[in-house]
Amino acid sequence: MDLFDTFLNAEVMRRSLPMLMQGLWITLQLGTASIVAGLILGLALAMIRLYATAPLRLLARVYIDIFRSIPLLVLLIIVYYALPFVGVRLSPFVSAMAALTLVSGAYTAEIFRAGIEAIPKGQFEASAALGLSGPQTMKEVVLPQAVKIVIPPLTNNSINVVKDTALASVVAMPDLLKQATQAQALAANPTPLIVAAAIYVAFLWPLVAAVSRMERRFAARRR
Amino acid sequence: MTGFVSIRNLRKSYGSFEALKGIDLDVAKGEVVCVIGPSGSGKSTLIRCINRLEGFSPESKIRVDGIPVATGRALARVRAEVGMVFQSFNLFPHLTVRENVMLAPRKVRGTSRADAAVRADQLLARVGIANQADKYPEHLSGGQQQRVAIARALAMDPQVMLFDEPTSALDPEMVGEVLDVMRDLARTGVTMIVVTHEMGFASQVADRVIFMDAGQIVEQGPPARILSHPVEPRTRNFLGAVLNH
Repeated sequence: MDLFDTFLNAEVMRRSLPMLMQGLWITLQLGTASIVAGLILGLALAMIRLYATAPLRLLARVYIDIFRSIPLLVLLIIVYYALPFVGVRLSPFVSAMAALTLVSGAYTAEIFRAGIEAIPKGQFEASAALGLSGPQTMKEVVLPQAVKIVIPPLTNNSINVVKDTALASVVAMPDLLKQATQAQALAANPTPLIVAAAIYVAFLWPLVAAVSRMERRFAARRR
Repeated sequence: MTGFVSIRNLRKSYGSFEALKGIDLDVAKGEVVCVIGPSGSGKSTLIRCINRLEGFSPESKIRVDGIPVATGRALARVRAEVGMVFQSFNLFPHLTVRENVMLAPRKVRGTSRADAAVRADQLLARVGIANQADKYPEHLSGGQQQRVAIARALAMDPQVMLFDEPTSALDPEMVGEVLDVMRDLARTGVTMIVVTHEMGFASQVADRVIFMDAGQIVEQGPPARILSHPVEPRTRNFLGAVLNH
């Protein structure tokens, strides 16, 4: 069983597991932090994009379009390798989180905007007629309804953020992928890479399946 | 004499289309006014200007209880005093019936949750749906939803209630239950401005009927006169079409 010894070598697996677990922990930290920060940034951008004065709205639109156009890897390399030239030296973790958040925020903003725009005008009018302020209307009436609509696309976006954390390995971040490539070099055997891939899938498959389930349920309800 | 609700030279345009062509109207405290007229006559636009759901031309003046319907803080005060019931109910689908009624008193008036709940249950009993308080709006019939909407508006203790075709979206068998609630409300002395196609309701409950056409008030007066002996040909045509269908 040559193939097994090469790709699923039990001994290599055993020895590399602690490294991989350290990497997984960092990947999860980076993913979670970037998702949460991206949600906050995205909500703020959506509010500006929808309700701020005209120049700010334009600014938000330009931001959203730029950060949805720029390849994440390019942005990450700029943050980590170019910013030090102007005196901004960020750690690998902060660089990766910054790049992931900036991009995720742009996508999240568009998701929130679509969700808010899907709320019928009558909901805003009823709130206004009752005397609720704009922020109260958002918090009490619009967002609770919009969040339900945007949970599937937000989950999709979160899956992408977790996957994209693997790019952080190019700025020497000891994430799951980086640890796996190092373990592979140490053992001169690709088993750690296979295990790392399996770990990514094990974490994200349930989320992917959950999104499909939610989308099916939403489609059924609409019918 | 100026009314509790006072409207002077109300103008509103959508592009080149003039929806309201200089309306003057005074409504006294406790008065029940029904506004009738063909669709597109501007009657809904008129009452939607009173709480500024629709903006209007700067030369127009509207006051409610002396407070100018403007922007900012004054507008918030007006909206807290003016309740509105919509054709399509516009209940909050993510809140239970009781929570729908509690929301504005809690957030706008700062009423405690417990007090708001007690008051909500009183109002729901008054509109005859106390036993549905824990349900979500989607599980109620149209007539029940509209009665919740009336209770929700009443929770702010409004001085004026605006009704924008409150029975037009209802199945025929549910119209009566909503009109009954409105009839009871009229007896309590709340000022009411009702845009409606229900001529029976107008003739029985209104103190005054206003007929609008093409963005203007064509004719107004006591229901017996307007509905039975209209002077203007446009009023006669409209009533002929509505009553003889």
